[in-house]
Amino acid sequence: MRSAQAGDRAAYQAVLRASVPVAAAAARRMGVPPDVVDDVVQEVLLTVHRALATYDPARPFLPWLRAITVRRAIDALRRGGRSRAREVHDPDAYLNHAEETPDMYDAAEKLREADRLKAAIATLPPRQREAIEIIGLREHTLEQAAGQTGSTKGALKVNFFRALQSLRTRMGSDGDV
Amino acid sequence: MSDTASQEALIGRLCGALRPVRVLPAPWKRTALWVVVVLAAALLLARVADLPSYLARLTAAPDMWLSQAGAAATAVLAAWAAFQTSIPGRPARAALLPLAPALVWVGASTAGCLRLTPLAGAVPEPPMHALECLKFLLLVSVPLVSLLTWRLACACPLRPGLTALLAGLASAGAASCLLSLIHPFDATAEDLLVHLAAVLAIIALSRAAGPRMFKPRRRP
Repeated sequence: MRSAQAGDRAAYQAVLRASVPVAAAAARRMGVPPDVVDDVVQEVLLTVHRALATYDPARPFLPWLRAITVRRAIDALRRGGRSRAREVHDPDAYLNHAEETPDMYDAAEKLREADRLKAAIATLPPRQREAIEIIGLREHTLEQAAGQTGSTKGALKVNFFRALQSLRTRMGSDGDV
Repeated sequence: MSDTASQEALIGRLCGALRPVRVLPAPWKRTALWVVVVLAAALLLARVADLPSYLARLTAAPDMWLSQAGAAATAVLAAWAAFQTSIPGRPARAALLPLAPALVWVGASTAGCLRLTPLAGAVPEPPMHALECLKFLLLVSVPLVSLLTWRLACACPLRPGLTALLAGLASAGAASCLLSLIHPFDATAEDLLVHLAAVLAIIALSRAAGPRMFKPRRRP
């Protein structure tokens, strides 16, 4: 370390390489998660570089290195604690979350309902069927429907509401008519 | 890049950035240098201060010299503790050292306010003069704490908050000692409260700003 302080790069490299397992072991002993140990070691190496002038060659090296490791491990644990407090890891919640888009069962049910409605419309008397097709399905106005069919607006209205009543009865009270 | 490879790359970068460094002097030597600056400021103030009156005030009542001694000891020990905690591996227990003199300082100052007999040689404090004291304490503390922070940043404070707090306490103690040179008034409760507020403000300022100053400017 004395040579490293004097600018000897080979000695410095040896010191840093020797510091890696010491720092990693100390971090693990302090309870740093395994996936964070390498980050702590890198922080320790950076701090060693910054604190090079603070090392007193008359004193042992390991307590100096250990003090740096302990502080950096505490920093990592605090960072981890903060992120754990903000983020929740719950894989079951993802699996149990209902999908917002309709699934294939919903689509099949809707097709079945549409077929039932078509069949019910087909059984209506011709005037009512005409009224429901033009006003209900094609969404034309009463004036447009009267022009197309040659019926009066009043007759169309009556046929339309009678058709609705019949369809409600045939599709059931919970039908979407 | 694997972790071992990235560590090797970092070690390579650090070795490439290596420059010869001079080992920092011992904390007591660095403290002594800062104390010399404070003494230089005291010498400048002594030129405008009424020194015989100051000495008379100090010896007139035990609380006067006790609070002065407490403030001075707090300044020196807090500065030493700040330098000590700025070096990795040095015990953080050093931070407890200035507590005892700080208690003496506050205790003696409080006792001065409770003293029934007025201080011989002291003049009554003009109204609102405590605010002048507040200004003096803040104006003197800022350069002192800046100097201390600058010197501390040369080391590597691993507990930047604690080190900055000690630097603030040291500067506040020193500023209080300097103020007493030109403060020919007896202690009053208002005075004590303003001094206490100033000391706490200096410590809070240092605690808030110091850790930012300790951060390295550039990473290798």
